Amino acid sequence: MKELILVIVGAALVNNIILSQFQGLCPFLGVSKKTDTAAGMGGAVIFVITLASFVTSIIYKFVLVPLDVTYLQTIAFILVIAALVQFVEMFLKKSMPSLYQALGVFLPLITTNCAVLGAALTNVQKEYNILFSVFNGLGTAIGFTLAIVLLASIRESIEDNDIPVNFKGSPIVLITSGLMAIAFMGFAGLI
Amino acid sequence: MMGLLLAAGVIGSIGIIIGVLLGVASEKFKVEVDEREILVRAELPGNNCGGCGFPGCDGLANAIAAGTAPVSGCPVGGPAVADKIAAIMGVESGGAVKKVAFVKCKGTCDKTRVQYNYFGMDDCRKVSVVPGGGEKACVYGCMGYGSCVKACEFDAIHVVDGVAVVDKEKCVACGKCVQACPNHLIQLVPYDAKHLVQCSSHDKGKDVKAKCDNGCIGCTLCTKQCEFDAIHMDNNVAVIDYEKCTNCGKCAQKCPVKVIM
Repeated sequence: MKELILVIVGAALVNNIILSQFQGLCPFLGVSKKTDTAAGMGGAVIFVITLASFVTSIIYKFVLVPLDVTYLQTIAFILVIAALVQFVEMFLKKSMPSLYQALGVFLPLITTNCAVLGAALTNVQKEYNILFSVFNGLGTAIGFTLAIVLLASIRESIEDNDIPVNFKGSPIVLITSGLMAIAFMGFAGLI
Repeated sequence: MMGLLLAAGVIGSIGIIIGVLLGVASEKFKVEVDEREILVRAELPGNNCGGCGFPGCDGLANAIAAGTAPVSGCPVGGPAVADKIAAIMGVESGGAVKKVAFVKCKGTCDKTRVQYNYFGMDDCRKVSVVPGGGEKACVYGCMGYGSCVKACEFDAIHVVDGVAVVDKEKCVACGKCVQACPNHLIQLVPYDAKHLVQCSSHDKGKDVKAKCDNGCIGCTLCTKQCEFDAIHMDNNVAVIDYEKCTNCGKCAQKCPVKVIM
């Protein structure tokens, strides 16, 4: 039990997928203009990464390892994740229209989110079993949500600030995220 | 050679299994979409500007198909799109009027008195809260710092000589500038309206004169001229009712300060 919590904390804070591993930067910069859309994206990512960690670790354990073709992990995982997102989208549209509406355009966007693939590959790299993989995925996604919501709130509050012309738009966002990454370095050595 | 075949076989079979599963799932989880919604969506401009008040063009198409939004709901498409959508929905469009944004102020730099020199953040929303509401003497008028210009996605509004001016041809009446203006100076008016009151000052005539040469002094001459009961005084400023206005122009001729265009 204690180890599972440590895995979640480690994945969410210490090895934050965005701020210390620099994966999933496109949605981090692209979908962080408003806090509520950022939270929607975070919700969708939590959903997909947790599920993808489960499915990819099953594929890895019961297909790739027995056949001794683990070098195919990247392409197999991409395939599985893309299909999974498609399936989740169809499933939600049918059974939970309100959640589908809330997640909206973010769900298909996640197909190409490298954070999902990154989480799946980390699971393999660290030789987690299926349970640990799911929890590592959950922690990773919580870290992603935390980072994107924080950046969105910062962007909202600096929006009307008197930013020098050269730094307006993307540059100030990149500087902000750089400062956030430095702040998150404070978590190093927590575990 | 074996390894090669094995790799191709594994990925190929995963692909085939996924393909079949997705195919089955798409049949199983099929959602009935109103045909009209797809047709309506095809007619909408697709800018996703949000001017209609719905989340993007998909949201408006959904609402129109469900009957909760009028067929003329898209301000960007105007009457042309409204007619096409009305044909799809099998109703009358009700003659949607093309609208444009209009800035109700004419207090250009040479016409308005300056009460102090202002150096600071150039954003109307910020300037509107400093004492006196910016450097121009009139607290109701356009401050000219261009929050509306930043809000416009169609390059249709610009600050000219200290006052925001709308380019009627480029304006799509999305209403973004209307929301951006802290002084609530911008209004959506019919494209065909020729006579518009270019002032929003609620001050009394004497105070208006002291602050701006282009202000409505509240003399009520225009309201007496109008044969159609289309112009009224609202808190010391003339307001035209575009439903009744026939563009006869009598109010504009009579206006002593030429504030009616």
